[in-house]
Amino acid sequence: MTDYPPRLQTALEDFSFITTRAERQEYLIQLADRFAEVRVPAHIATRPYDEQHRVPACESEAFVWAVPNPDGTLHYYFDVLNPQGLSAMAMSVILGEACNGAPLAQVAALNADLVFGFFGKDISMGKGQGLMSIVTLVAYEARQRLK
Amino acid sequence: MSDITARGYTHPEVLVSTEWLAAHLTDPNIRIVESNEDPLLYAAGHIPGAVEVDWTRDLNDQVVRDYVGREAFEALAQRSGITRDTTVIFYGDKNNWWATYAFWVFQLFGHTSARILDGGRKKWEAEGRPLTRDRVTYPASSYTAPERDDVTIRAFKEYVLQHVKHGGQLVDVRSPAEFTGEKTHMPEYPQEGVLRGGHIPGAKSVPWARAVNEDGSFKDAAALQAIYQGEKQLDPEQETIAYCRIGERSSHTWFVLTYLLGFKNVRNYDGSWTEWGNSVGVPIAKGAE
Repeated sequence: MTDYPPRLQTALEDFSFITTRAERQEYLIQLADRFAEVRVPAHIATRPYDEQHRVPACESEAFVWAVPNPDGTLHYYFDVLNPQGLSAMAMSVILGEACNGAPLAQVAALNADLVFGFFGKDISMGKGQGLMSIVTLVAYEARQRLK
Repeated sequence: MSDITARGYTHPEVLVSTEWLAAHLTDPNIRIVESNEDPLLYAAGHIPGAVEVDWTRDLNDQVVRDYVGREAFEALAQRSGITRDTTVIFYGDKNNWWATYAFWVFQLFGHTSARILDGGRKKWEAEGRPLTRDRVTYPASSYTAPERDDVTIRAFKEYVLQHVKHGGQLVDVRSPAEFTGEKTHMPEYPQEGVLRGGHIPGAKSVPWARAVNEDGSFKDAAALQAIYQGEKQLDPEQETIAYCRIGERSSHTWFVLTYLLGFKNVRNYDGSWTEWGNSVGVPIAKGAE
């Protein structure tokens, strides 16, 4: 946990103080509402997207792009094609804000289980696996640059 | 409602239209219940006056793989302001997949005054009808439920085994790739812990979503008959068991066969493929029908 990007660490600590499902939903929806801030711009990709950017096992049809910054870190962009995929949008905002420009080693160390730190345990197996796959793909992109 | 009554269903009264619901939002005799897969959708905006029933938290026992018992169901109804006389209108995401699941669980406790919003959340949203983030609470009701009926509309593994031995009708409502054994979960979902892929011998493959139109509404009776009775040769007079992976998608087909087509005796095998595909020694078939 201590090796996570600082903004992600802070966000996880903030969510650890949440005690009610309603409060958790409220925070996650606030994040999803800001999805436009991390959505892939047209100069990076346009639809139909290259399937290599598709998040496996995400039924909300999430996509991830990792674009190198001049300093060697990565800038992540996302899209979620299912307009009702609010959870995937919230997860994308969390990861985009935390991982953009973060040291690659910290991003590469992300554990997919962090999803439950934000969403709690009361999500379906399918939904949880889809969100974990977004995390896994973000970490994978960082690991590829570390090789 | 005239559109629904004109579709030829056996029990058209079990559906309400978006127009009807929009005109009854403040009707004290109904309770609107949203049930989704995505845990954020209700909180992000729901039909005014609707309460949420979460399938993982509210309908399932948190320890044993089973549904909640009588006391927990009574508590759910009471905190939702539902009485035995309340007409409960269910709707949700994914073409009412989870709404029909909640509807089915309510039937296990004999709450027969229940309806499905035709088209569900998808159609309501597409028509630009109002959604709110305001959470509503209702005064706690008095609700006494009977013990859960696990006999009439539910099937357990041993029952299904006997059904197979006697050549009974089965409907596998999963995706074609799950039916053949190529996958153990829907496309785009993780292929999770099932040791064997395939289907229960003799099952007909009818993916659940074939019962709905593009706008999320149910197909009319003639179109449904063409699928289930024509193409698949299912006999409405014979007992039918529907199954999927954990019993949620098959609750949708159970609803269609029971209420829209009037099949006489339909059960949902909620153990479904996560139980069957992990069981030792049960018969399994692979490939197409």
